[in-house]
Amino acid sequence: MNLTLKVWRQKNKESEGKLVAYEIKDISPDTSFLEMLDILNEQLVEQNVDPVAFDHDCREGICGMCSLVINGIPHGKEKLNTVCQLHMRHFKDGQTITIEPWRAKPLPVIRDLVVDRTALEIIQQAGGYISVNTGAVPDANSIPVSKDVAEWAMDAAACIGCGACVAACKNASAMLFTAAKVAQLNSLPQGKAEKDRRTLAMVEAMDAAGFGNCTNFGECEAVCPKGIKLDMIAQLNRDYAVAAAKRVFSRAPTATVS
Amino acid sequence: MITLNAKIPAGNISEKWDNYKFSAKLVNPANRRKYNIIMVGSGLAGASAAAALGELGYNVSCFCYQDSPRRAHSIAAQGGINAAKNYKNDGDSVYRLFFDTVKGGDFRAREANVYRLAEVSNAIIDQCVAQGVPFAREYGGLLDNRSFGGAQVSRTFYARGQTGQQLLLGAYSALNRQIAAGTVKMYNRHEMLDLVVEEGRAVGIITRNMVTGAIERWAADAVLLGTGGYSNAYFLSTNAAGCNVTAAYRTYLRGAGFANPCYTQIHPTCIPQHGDQQSKLTLMSESLRNDGRVWVPKSKETAEKIRKGQLNPADVAEGDRDYYLERKYPSFGNLAPRDISSRSAKEACDDGRGIAHNEGGNGVFLDFADSINRLGKAKIAERYGNLFDMYECITGDNAYQTPMQIYPALHYTMGGLWVDYKLMTTIPGCFALGECNFSDHGANRLGASALMQGLADGYFVIPYTLGDYLAGDLGLANAGKAKTDMKAFAEVEKSVKDRTERLLSVKGKRSARSFHKDLGHIMWEYAGMARNEEGLKKAINLIPQLREEFWKNVNVTGVGAELNQELERAGRVADFLEFGELLCRDALDRKESCGGHFRVESQTPDGEAKRDDEQFCNVSVWESQGQDKAPVKHVENLEFEYCKLAVRSYK
Repeated sequence: MNLTLKVWRQKNKESEGKLVAYEIKDISPDTSFLEMLDILNEQLVEQNVDPVAFDHDCREGICGMCSLVINGIPHGKEKLNTVCQLHMRHFKDGQTITIEPWRAKPLPVIRDLVVDRTALEIIQQAGGYISVNTGAVPDANSIPVSKDVAEWAMDAAACIGCGACVAACKNASAMLFTAAKVAQLNSLPQGKAEKDRRTLAMVEAMDAAGFGNCTNFGECEAVCPKGIKLDMIAQLNRDYAVAAAKRVFSRAPTATVS
Repeated sequence: MITLNAKIPAGNISEKWDNYKFSAKLVNPANRRKYNIIMVGSGLAGASAAAALGELGYNVSCFCYQDSPRRAHSIAAQGGINAAKNYKNDGDSVYRLFFDTVKGGDFRAREANVYRLAEVSNAIIDQCVAQGVPFAREYGGLLDNRSFGGAQVSRTFYARGQTGQQLLLGAYSALNRQIAAGTVKMYNRHEMLDLVVEEGRAVGIITRNMVTGAIERWAADAVLLGTGGYSNAYFLSTNAAGCNVTAAYRTYLRGAGFANPCYTQIHPTCIPQHGDQQSKLTLMSESLRNDGRVWVPKSKETAEKIRKGQLNPADVAEGDRDYYLERKYPSFGNLAPRDISSRSAKEACDDGRGIAHNEGGNGVFLDFADSINRLGKAKIAERYGNLFDMYECITGDNAYQTPMQIYPALHYTMGGLWVDYKLMTTIPGCFALGECNFSDHGANRLGASALMQGLADGYFVIPYTLGDYLAGDLGLANAGKAKTDMKAFAEVEKSVKDRTERLLSVKGKRSARSFHKDLGHIMWEYAGMARNEEGLKKAINLIPQLREEFWKNVNVTGVGAELNQELERAGRVADFLEFGELLCRDALDRKESCGGHFRVESQTPDGEAKRDDEQFCNVSVWESQGQDKAPVKHVENLEFEYCKLAVRSYK
């Protein structure tokens, strides 16, 4: 296959970026999208041009590092897919492909296609955990979890933290990302004890980091490589409403947030 | 000159760890914050250690090269994690897990370490469940188990086909809690480029900030490495693109012994290579072998027709198929250990009966038709749905309808930095955890044991042994005394800067990646699934030539003080170009076959690996003599008091 690539080039955080066109030839349809970028970079190095910086690591769709917007869609138009698992057989010979980084104010571009996702880390640090110290835990089977709850928690826990949901959202909302962790931990019996605290803290961290509000368009669900459902956001909203109401009406310690 | 003292505690094997814990020196809770600890790596070993040490109150700094600790390659482990819970009432016990692991490792692991691993395995499951790891459950709400290669009991806990992800996210959540509490400082996009040793003690590291390019000094009372394995020495492997040997190799150059580098594991169930442009190989969980049957056609002619697309594999009559694992290993069948399964696949393909449409026809079938008939498609989809999806995404084939094609690929490395019972390398104050040490898997790792070892080291071993070092050998009087203005920091920082400058100044014609590919060809050809003296000697001759060309002709674009992925790669490739030679030297020196190390010269008449316990019932530990000199070998003898040395048979 022969292709024209229009790639976002940006020297660093401060500089302005622009789309630059490159021609690339003889790409096998079995090649992955990132292997195609590897080949482009090989050519650029040979020409002594700075290669295109892009994030990637596992190349099997699980680490969440790769983060490209392809022809306007985070991770490209194939459903339930990360860019690293996108293969060139889904493109046509002679096609022009536009490749851009995630675009969202809380996830600024560092260079070319690489963005800074520290804001997502801060949301997790605010409450994406169950407070247990190592060793201070009961036997695993002393906490039965019904199969449907375990499956629901697993559906939520499948989030790879790539941030495609934010990139797809016109409000740059991180609701799906946040909801996935909240839904996982709040549903499990182990996570109930600090459910309210967790929910309030993570939502507040999300807001503080500058992510926008959710207006229920569902773009996030459409691009999510792991099929995280809007139902998770519904649970987050429900849990948040309960926790916020408790905070207003009760002086119970669980309702206070530092 | 290094001395090897494994410091195995006294007593019966089942009492050693308890005895050690009782005799270990303790750090008073109020004194712990006086100690600075560096953790390099944030995978299962790194994240769990950083979290556990943070909880104890140590002042921890954790470094990873990715943009988040959650992305470490532990995340890609699919199948599961072993524990001796015996929830299935099928005869499992700590002792059986211990025995299976020693036997699976072909009697080349240290008994005391393996027993401890089996002993703490149950606590790992408890810990992960409490953290909210959504393990698979039965309808009664209790935990489910499945079988895995090399064992005849069901002891593997799993979370769909993404157990590594869920365990890592569990450790990541514990780490996040400590980051929020201020006990752990996390440094993402920082790569360790060297270890700093002053007066024989590890006192810190030098990193490169991968965003700004700044070379930075970090001092600590102990440096812990959880930096993974070196499969990427082979270029094509199932490891993440960024996985590298730099931290471990640089530590070796600073004086740490490197043990058994030739012990590499080639995983039997990966997706066959599609062509030259491929950047990595993808693994399909070994758990698939629970319900999939491995076969190739009995005749070369049939295989050729399948390769050419003239024959649908489903149309091959039952009698014309060779289910070679079931035939050769009737009691373990498709669940034979990884090294045996891999070598059998290679033999079938070398025999001209491979079925993949690639150069050499390198691929065999993994067929689910029988299981789908027996259990129904829905059950298979529930067990392996995401793996079937992944397979279709990569190959374009639907494995519910046509058998999967698989072929072995480099996957895990059992060799690593030599450590004593306390996980300390031969450099005092420098510890190695998880895949980057050598201790628990011998010459071959069993499935679902890597996750177990990473978390055992991080959650349940290092919290005790590190305290013992800090309160004992180092002493409270020295707490917090390591500072970045020590003389050694200036020297090591200068050597890191010089090396970076050197890489940038070659300005040759070839990319670092092209050298990496060439190295991979040499490694796979001469130090792959079957090794012999002639080939290894050839590799030891070729690698230095390639290295020389690298330093004359590599082209690293850009400058040091910026985000520069070419520079990152060039540094890693330069280290692989040295390390690959060490691996081959070790493989040449170990004239026996054992586990994943198969020397063609040492096999039984029916082609099985033949150990030489007279000469090689030991650990080979290499000590660097400087970059241009041959390393010196030291030996730790292994004693098998409990698992009696025996021919490893899975027939």
